[in-house]
Amino acid sequence: MKEFTPASDSASIVSVTDRVKPVALGMAVTSVHFLGPRAAFVGGEENVAFVDAQGEIATVAVHSGGILSVASDGKRLVMGGDDGKVVSLDAKGEVTLLATDPKRRWIDAVALHADGAFAWSAGKTATVKSGKTEEKSIEVPSTVGGLAFAPKGLRLAIAHYNGVTLWFPNMAGSAEFLPWAGSHHAVTFSPDNKFLVTAMHEPALHGWRLADNRHMRMTGYPGRVRSMSWSAGGKGLATSGADTVIIWPFGSKDGPMGKEPAMLAPLQARVSVVACHPKNDILAAGYSDGTVLMVRLEDGAEILVRRNGTPPVAAIAWNAKGTLLAFADENGDGGLLEL
Amino acid sequence: MSEATSQKIPVTVLTGYLGAGKTTLLNRILSENHGKKYAVIVNEFGEIGIDNDLIIGADEEVFEMNNGCICCTVRGDLVRIMDGLMKRKGKFDAIIVETTGLADPAPVAQTFFVDEDVQKNARLDAVVTVADAKWLSDRLKDAPEAKNQIAFADVIVLNKTDLVNKGELAEVEARIRGINPYAKLHRTERCSVALADVLDRGAFDLDRILDIEPDFLEADDHDHDHDHHHHHGHDHHHHDHGNGLKHYHDEEMQSLSLKTDKPLDPNVFMPWLQNLVQIEGGKILRSKGILAFHDDEDRYVFQGVHMMLEGNHQRKWKDGEPRESRLIFIGRELPEEAIRKGFESCIVS
Repeated sequence: MKEFTPASDSASIVSVTDRVKPVALGMAVTSVHFLGPRAAFVGGEENVAFVDAQGEIATVAVHSGGILSVASDGKRLVMGGDDGKVVSLDAKGEVTLLATDPKRRWIDAVALHADGAFAWSAGKTATVKSGKTEEKSIEVPSTVGGLAFAPKGLRLAIAHYNGVTLWFPNMAGSAEFLPWAGSHHAVTFSPDNKFLVTAMHEPALHGWRLADNRHMRMTGYPGRVRSMSWSAGGKGLATSGADTVIIWPFGSKDGPMGKEPAMLAPLQARVSVVACHPKNDILAAGYSDGTVLMVRLEDGAEILVRRNGTPPVAAIAWNAKGTLLAFADENGDGGLLEL
Repeated sequence: MSEATSQKIPVTVLTGYLGAGKTTLLNRILSENHGKKYAVIVNEFGEIGIDNDLIIGADEEVFEMNNGCICCTVRGDLVRIMDGLMKRKGKFDAIIVETTGLADPAPVAQTFFVDEDVQKNARLDAVVTVADAKWLSDRLKDAPEAKNQIAFADVIVLNKTDLVNKGELAEVEARIRGINPYAKLHRTERCSVALADVLDRGAFDLDRILDIEPDFLEADDHDHDHDHHHHHGHDHHHHDHGNGLKHYHDEEMQSLSLKTDKPLDPNVFMPWLQNLVQIEGGKILRSKGILAFHDDEDRYVFQGVHMMLEGNHQRKWKDGEPRESRLIFIGRELPEEAIRKGFESCIVS
């Protein structure tokens, strides 16, 4: 990425703010994902707004209420709503109803597998639908906090109170329980399938090495971790929740056990969202004061993408090639940066 | 009320033992023509007869915070629901959380103090307890949950008063007052209480902790400044006051009020209070206070739920306003002597 050329000695930070194409979505935004060439900004309720490279906005209605959960594989979004529905949205803007909770309960979490299988949860029940096979459900001891598919095989991690349940939906009686006291929310597998990490209700992450279920405690955050992103190749896990981007090392077989995380891009504001570049060792981070930075992992060099002075940044994402960065704050004021 | 406080969405917690009339009150709140929209978090779907797309079923999952403090239990499901509701900000004016008849209100209240994200968006307004005039006296004997709900309440809706005679009503009110003399009490039939009396009370708003005197009904006009000399070792004794009004002392759950017109030493008082709630927080359900510190022109107010305290300087003492410190504790088997002695040691001599 030749554009990433922060001047090492200059007193002021290198800025690309003048190259950002502003996007005014006019709705509360909770996340953004690229579907093909367009950025899909997910609203707090009802709508997803597609924005193309020219900044043209096309809004699509997806739910008749709040949009509670989103997963993306780059080809489509799968979303769960407080209308009890699971819907998908493809790159063309076509909406498909995938499932409806019979009691119209909230769809709290969704997950999407690379092979097209998807999962959702309502209350304590997680359900998987894979290809043409029947839906399969599992009940866990308390409300599901987060779902994630393992990168290999059809295996689902279900985060809940006091631990994570690992489940092969196609194998009866296969559920394995990884205990750890506390309430577990978002869950993610490392891209090499060796580690599982949850963001807890308290300001901490918890991890397990899947080979032997050894615990990894990742603590010290001032606030709850709401955003996690694996760096290119899965060497590090970048996280929000502190006034710097915290990156835990996962390059070795022991993961972050006994190691200090890297702390990059400190500001007088809390990191609210992070997104690692898909190919290079660069990440983009949004802050609670509206700042957006690009940060080089190697040396922490920073480039300013957006100045502070707005509500917290709520959404940030790279396209698959890593040539476009999209972001928006809570009020739906955002931008597109082409590199 | 500060601007930040007023922008937060008020949350009313609705408790009450099984069959007391919570759902009746909820249906009234939702059907009355008040121009407000409520998001309602219920434990049973289908009992609400009103069409409202913001009725959310909850599972009452009580979680221990993983910080070693046994009292810091929160409602995990509420944290999640509040997260989801905040995506629909602007679609409702207030939130009502209905608990099951057997629930302890503390984890609900504590959720609004402990969780950073919940605290940012919402504020606890009041705990409203619906009580059944006919059966409450019995439940106070055999159901610890019922007693908890009375002790915790800011507002008590004493319902089904048409099913009891005058004597029975006086009896049940005296039993309530024996546990919690501070809650506002409203006698109702079919929960017909003015909504302003149960909603938007600001009971947890430090700026509105003004009146922590006992709430007396008009009928209850006798002098309460007498001393209680209790003989222990028996259940619920009572004594008459000549006007026929019974005065109960609940052996298990009591309130304790402390008062002094001498200034307190903040350097002694603060550590004492912190220490008290750390050690006795399991027993102390609610605490509130207005304090006059030595060499301090401002009133200090605090309130607490179990071990959690919040307090702040509120405003200047007014000219001619008596600089009195008043504290109340409501709790189970409170160590009254020790608390009184500790409080006295905080007075500047």
